[in-house]
Amino acid sequence: MPELGSFALLLALVLSGYTLVAGAIALRQLSTGRGGRISPERLAETARRAGIASFLAVSVAAFALLWAAFTNDFSVAYILHHTNRALPGPYKFAALWSGQEGSLLLWAWLLATYGLVLRLRHKVDVRLTAFASTILAGIQLFFLLLLNFAATPFSLVSGTIPPDGFGLNPLLQYPEMVIHPPMLYLGYVGFSVPFAFALGALMMRYPGEKWIHITRRWTMVTWLFLTCGIVLGMHWAYAVLGWGGYWGWDPVENASLMPWLTGTAFLHSVMMQEKRGMMKSWNVWLIFSTFLLTVLGTLLTRSGLVSSVHAFAESNIGTWFWIFMVVVLAVCIFTFVLNRDHLKTEHKLEALVSRESSFLFNNLVLLAACFTILWGTLFPVLSEYVQGNKVTMGAPWYNRVAVPIGLFLLFLTGVGPVLAWRSTSFKSIRKNFLLPSAAGLVTAVVLMLVGVRPWQDEGMFYSLVCYSLGALVITAISSEFLRGAAVIQRHTGQNLFASMLQLTRRNSRRYGGYIVHLGIVVMFIGFAGQAFNQSVEKELGVGEALNIGPYRLVSQSFTQDSNPNFDTEYSLLDVYRKGNKVTQLAPERRFYQASQTTQTMVANHSTLAWDLYVVYEGKNPDSGLPIIKVFLNPLVAWIWIGVFIVIVGTVAALTPNLQTALATARVKAVIPRDAAVAGSGD
Amino acid sequence: MFRSRAVSRKNGFTRIAQLSVLAIIVALTTAAADPTARFDKLGHQLMCSCGCNQILLECNHVGCPLSDGMRHELMAGVDKGDNDSLIFQSFVQKYGPTVLAAPGGTGFNIVAWIMPFAVLLLGIGGTAMLIRRWRLRSVPMPLPSTVSRFGDIRERIRRETEI
Repeated sequence: MPELGSFALLLALVLSGYTLVAGAIALRQLSTGRGGRISPERLAETARRAGIASFLAVSVAAFALLWAAFTNDFSVAYILHHTNRALPGPYKFAALWSGQEGSLLLWAWLLATYGLVLRLRHKVDVRLTAFASTILAGIQLFFLLLLNFAATPFSLVSGTIPPDGFGLNPLLQYPEMVIHPPMLYLGYVGFSVPFAFALGALMMRYPGEKWIHITRRWTMVTWLFLTCGIVLGMHWAYAVLGWGGYWGWDPVENASLMPWLTGTAFLHSVMMQEKRGMMKSWNVWLIFSTFLLTVLGTLLTRSGLVSSVHAFAESNIGTWFWIFMVVVLAVCIFTFVLNRDHLKTEHKLEALVSRESSFLFNNLVLLAACFTILWGTLFPVLSEYVQGNKVTMGAPWYNRVAVPIGLFLLFLTGVGPVLAWRSTSFKSIRKNFLLPSAAGLVTAVVLMLVGVRPWQDEGMFYSLVCYSLGALVITAISSEFLRGAAVIQRHTGQNLFASMLQLTRRNSRRYGGYIVHLGIVVMFIGFAGQAFNQSVEKELGVGEALNIGPYRLVSQSFTQDSNPNFDTEYSLLDVYRKGNKVTQLAPERRFYQASQTTQTMVANHSTLAWDLYVVYEGKNPDSGLPIIKVFLNPLVAWIWIGVFIVIVGTVAALTPNLQTALATARVKAVIPRDAAVAGSGD
Repeated sequence: MFRSRAVSRKNGFTRIAQLSVLAIIVALTTAAADPTARFDKLGHQLMCSCGCNQILLECNHVGCPLSDGMRHELMAGVDKGDNDSLIFQSFVQKYGPTVLAAPGGTGFNIVAWIMPFAVLLLGIGGTAMLIRRWRLRSVPMPLPSTVSRFGDIRERIRRETEI
């Protein structure tokens, strides 16, 4: 199997190389009108098929690595270092992306899969797809070069083969880790497709905005994957690391957030291009930056340039990534300079207070947030260069700098949707903002009355601002929804809920977007709860109790257990509220035999109001009693609910409009069957 | 009569303002005087130096060679009544500048704090100027004088056509 895997990777490299070269020659011939011995159309078709074949070759390589993992083939160094015999099946699957070589193989395989879909859907626009396919082949070539020459997943162990592997990093032995990395990678890699389309469209001076319509779904689906990937990572950190939080501003976390921010900016500003033909250059650079940030994120965490708690070793592939980034940037700049006159727009903004300018400001704030995170990630390197010593850019710095920017963004989330395109009158602003502003103000007053003292603590101040802005945004968006639904209700006589549903289906993109905004607000409500976190740490012998908030935790027992994969120590704690037992929690600490490392398994009782988050810290060597740390984290569940709303909103926005769907159905019914069949090949 | 009422009202406001400031100071100093709260606050501004890249009070790995000792040092400093900067200085001397969870506000480190806000403000100013320049260049659309309440009608059309 290792030989088959190596051969498949080499074959994929050759096929991708052919797709790139043949595709480029064919496109060059088509643009100059000069043909060779083979017609450019036929050459382009062979390139497309080679691209499809490269997907099969990379799939074989991925399968070979998985096969080696499941059959405990420890002659393969990667399998030896990332699995062991007792490792449960799903985690053997996860071993594919637990190490550097495997994760690069996953990257290449996902890229090949995206390429396959793109090449199979090439009839949407044959020439533009050919450009995008050739550019994707270039990216694919880079990853396959890495896999064949710098980070080979099928390297064999020299000398005696050990009877068992060294096991999987215990941090990764958690159900979410089976889906979090692929989801994140689907997002990361997925941005290659809009990038390829944007670069291709610019190279061929593609007329109009059709390329945006073609790539819109790709971008939204990719953005959704990235969102889910980031949030799954947050949830994993919360449930596994045992420090009571979900976001630590680690460089690896930052690396995933940066392209998300620029991708979000692109999704907003691209509407300006679609509706008004504006910001063409800006959009092109946004999508270029998003792609470059996905590569930069990989570079930052794999080159050892910045230190991270994530277990990615420093390696020599950083140089490869530097070269790749420089080449990509050079190609982008060159193509842009050569074709920038094609991106000129006739339309200009007409008013400072308009939907267009809200998009501009929204973009600006998203990019400022992205810059802040990049600045925070790279400042230690800069500081070492300038003043000779590294500084730490920990959570306190990010919380002070990024939170105000985030709150400003939250404010714009509510303002944007109620402004009209082109120009908004003062009267309209007054009408649309009166109720939301009142809601924000009332929320602030009520919160202060119930005990939130913004002058006592910075966290409380931000939290109060966040809740007030949240109320403002929710009221602004809900009023917009209700006003639209009322019009439908007047015309159809349906109830309000049915009217709202129909409204969303008739303009799914706009109202889907509003649902996404609501989800973001709900997430912010969850984030702001952090200001009210409490924690208690105590040695807890049998029968002893610990109080936190409204809860009382009573220790029933503490014991040890073991299985072939790990030994465990845990406490059994009965949780009481107002004298009634609500649940029993069993926080534990595991010792994994293969890797000889320990890992926390947090016990969590989650409600809408707060999470009771319990960590088994270990035993006091003097008393022999377990040390239990308990956190009471308010409103954390709202973050996960917010993400669910974001997913619903994005899916709604991806759904075709009801009118369009009905019109298409009507047209299909009218066109005779034969005519439709004849026209299907166009 | 009117004047004396206005003066007494003004004095009332002044007193309320003074009392508010006093209340805030009392609230702040009360919080600062609580050693546990201070330990918690300072412990979240320091890093554990064992290489785990975690905040001192959040370092939770078994057998950490440094975090316990560092916590005791911090508690000792708080109990002694040392001010924040003295405590931080002693930690920096012993463990190096990376022990602070965020860069200080002196020398080149100021750049770390200023830059994000400077970029944001420059961006906002630049965008506002850009919009203004575009506006000056564009030709305003004349309102049809024969149509009354044109703005309302345009708003209604916008709403009904976008639904």
